[in-house]
Amino acid sequence: MTKNRKMQNSHHGRRRSWTLIAVPYLWLSIFFLLPFLIVLKISFSEQVLSIPPYAPQMDWSAGWDGFKAMVSHWSLDNYLWLTEDELYLSAYLSSLKIAAIATILTLLIGYPMAYSMAKAPKGLQPLLLVMVILPFWTSFLIRVYAWIGILKNEGLLNQFLQMLGVIDEPLIILNTNIAVYIGIVYSYLPFMVLPLYATLEKLDNTLIEASQDLGCPPSKTFWRVTFPLSKPGIIAGCFLVFIPAVGEFVIPDILGGSETLMIGKTLWVEFFSNRDWPLASAVAVVLLVILIIPILLFQRHQRKSGEVLT
Amino acid sequence: MAKKPLGPVRRAFAPWENPEQQPFIEFRNVTKRFGSFVAVDQLSLKIYQREFHALLGGSGCGKTTLMRMLAGFETPTEGQIFLDGQEITRIPPHRRPVNMMFQSYALFPHLNVEKNIAFGLKQDNLPRSDIKRRVDEMLALVKLEAFAKRKPHQLSGGQRQRVALARSLAKRPKVLLLDEPLAALDKKLREETQIELMNLQEELRMTFLIVTHDQEEAMNLADRISVMNSGHILQVATPGEIYEQPVSRYVADFIGDINFFECKVTGCRPQNGGASITLHSEELGNEIKVKAGHPRMIGDAVTFAIRPEKMRISFEKPLDPSLNTIKGEVWDIAYLGDVSIYHIKVSQGHIVRTIVANTTRLVERPISWEDKVWLSFDAEAGVILSQ
Repeated sequence: MTKNRKMQNSHHGRRRSWTLIAVPYLWLSIFFLLPFLIVLKISFSEQVLSIPPYAPQMDWSAGWDGFKAMVSHWSLDNYLWLTEDELYLSAYLSSLKIAAIATILTLLIGYPMAYSMAKAPKGLQPLLLVMVILPFWTSFLIRVYAWIGILKNEGLLNQFLQMLGVIDEPLIILNTNIAVYIGIVYSYLPFMVLPLYATLEKLDNTLIEASQDLGCPPSKTFWRVTFPLSKPGIIAGCFLVFIPAVGEFVIPDILGGSETLMIGKTLWVEFFSNRDWPLASAVAVVLLVILIIPILLFQRHQRKSGEVLT
Repeated sequence: MAKKPLGPVRRAFAPWENPEQQPFIEFRNVTKRFGSFVAVDQLSLKIYQREFHALLGGSGCGKTTLMRMLAGFETPTEGQIFLDGQEITRIPPHRRPVNMMFQSYALFPHLNVEKNIAFGLKQDNLPRSDIKRRVDEMLALVKLEAFAKRKPHQLSGGQRQRVALARSLAKRPKVLLLDEPLAALDKKLREETQIELMNLQEELRMTFLIVTHDQEEAMNLADRISVMNSGHILQVATPGEIYEQPVSRYVADFIGDINFFECKVTGCRPQNGGASITLHSEELGNEIKVKAGHPRMIGDAVTFAIRPEKMRISFEKPLDPSLNTIKGEVWDIAYLGDVSIYHIKVSQGHIVRTIVANTTRLVERPISWEDKVWLSFDAEAGVILSQ
């Protein structure tokens, strides 16, 4: 009797947990998977002067035959073109490079921040957390624009440095890659700090004590215990910064110069200036594939060593 | 000192009885305050080389703080700590020749068993072959050779406990600190590990300091026990002395089971270097004859304490006039298998607990509920406490 009821309960519970999972998956299918499939479909088309500016179109009145006709006209020309014009390859590589350097810079700045937050008195920590999140309360675009006022030749930074007498000539920062790095580090810092803080905060302090007890001075304890145990936070933070930074468009557009080559900008030009939707879609699809590979590798690595750190 | 109730006790190891002996660890007037809370209050304690010493007390008594000050995790607010003749009061933990086994074991989750044990050795810049040899030695000592490559999460609680022990012993510290080391183990494993710990301490000839709230563990393991309460040490003595000659009501009550009777001193005369004292207890409505270590003032209010197993129970009043006898009625019997605890209601409604060993397999007890019985004990069976 009791066994029966238990089985029913678990049955009931399983159904409930399925509905719980189904809701976000439905959401993701409608608002992520479906648009992606549309983009994928467009990337197989070719540019034409019409509205919408690509062909072939699906002939809905012809039904299944219409679909077959559309598929028969699909081609991989756009992808081939991406390999033929060097611009795209260098834009991808430059994006990856800028994103990678910016991620490392964010880690170097974010780690000490997260570490000191985790070490701060318990009562102070919620306030420090709010301060990290506070910039989100202002529009991202406005915050990036504000950097123009700081970085331009007669901007706040140059005025300040000239006032101190550190420099005679204004530093040219705006419209260079340096401004892009500053923009990315500034904008994505919370995404690095928060997962790092979450990992460091729950790090068992007795492990630190055990390390010191066994003869490790505090600095060595950091490298032998704290740092390796914060690896999940480091990886999570780096992914959260690196992935959106690769496709970043706003920051290089506003703060970067003509030398700044990033795939997000290239995509924008193809889409809006050249109105080449099929090629822009191909650029987007390749970008997604480039980003998915490291994520999948990472997830496999996590699964293998996952239980170790819990 | 008074004649010991147990008669002469043979002791192979008792450096604390020799006033010439230098202590190995010494706390001198140590006070530790956290804000306005005084965790350890003007405490002095001497521990000797190769001693197995237990700090025993309830939670918040200051025992853990005392140990953490020896490890270096806390700095005393006042006072000094010496180890092997050297002051270590302000030396950071990583430069103290002391290792600790943590209550939570604090094994490094990212390192396997071998690397956990080698952690402290690597810090000493020993040649790799030496480290390897020492790690193997330690693995053999705790019988975990087969688990060298496992990560801590792949081990059982008992195995983790042994890795923690091996790691804290690997550097051959001058003192091993054990913070509630067996609290997470089940009863049977705990008893086995206690024996292993004692053997280990004898074999390695090291000084062990254990913090525990479990009086049985302290009694079983330690050469001497410090009973602590609210930042003070109430008594430092061997387990036998603590049990048979507690200095205060708190100590008597904390260790084992005991009956207390509030009494007044009605008579006192010297006898064999001690004193023969007569007490009157309102609760019992009885006189109690006690052989005590030192005399008491007539009229003083004192507490008479007697352990349940020191009393006998019978239908007839014992004839021996030197025995104390109390009349009562069996109120309740708790059968525990090896022994039964009899709750005897004496006059005035006071309940006295006494233990009777179940030496026969009789299911039918000779003494049963509501029987009128006599409790008896000799003049040396209990102690007089001031508080």
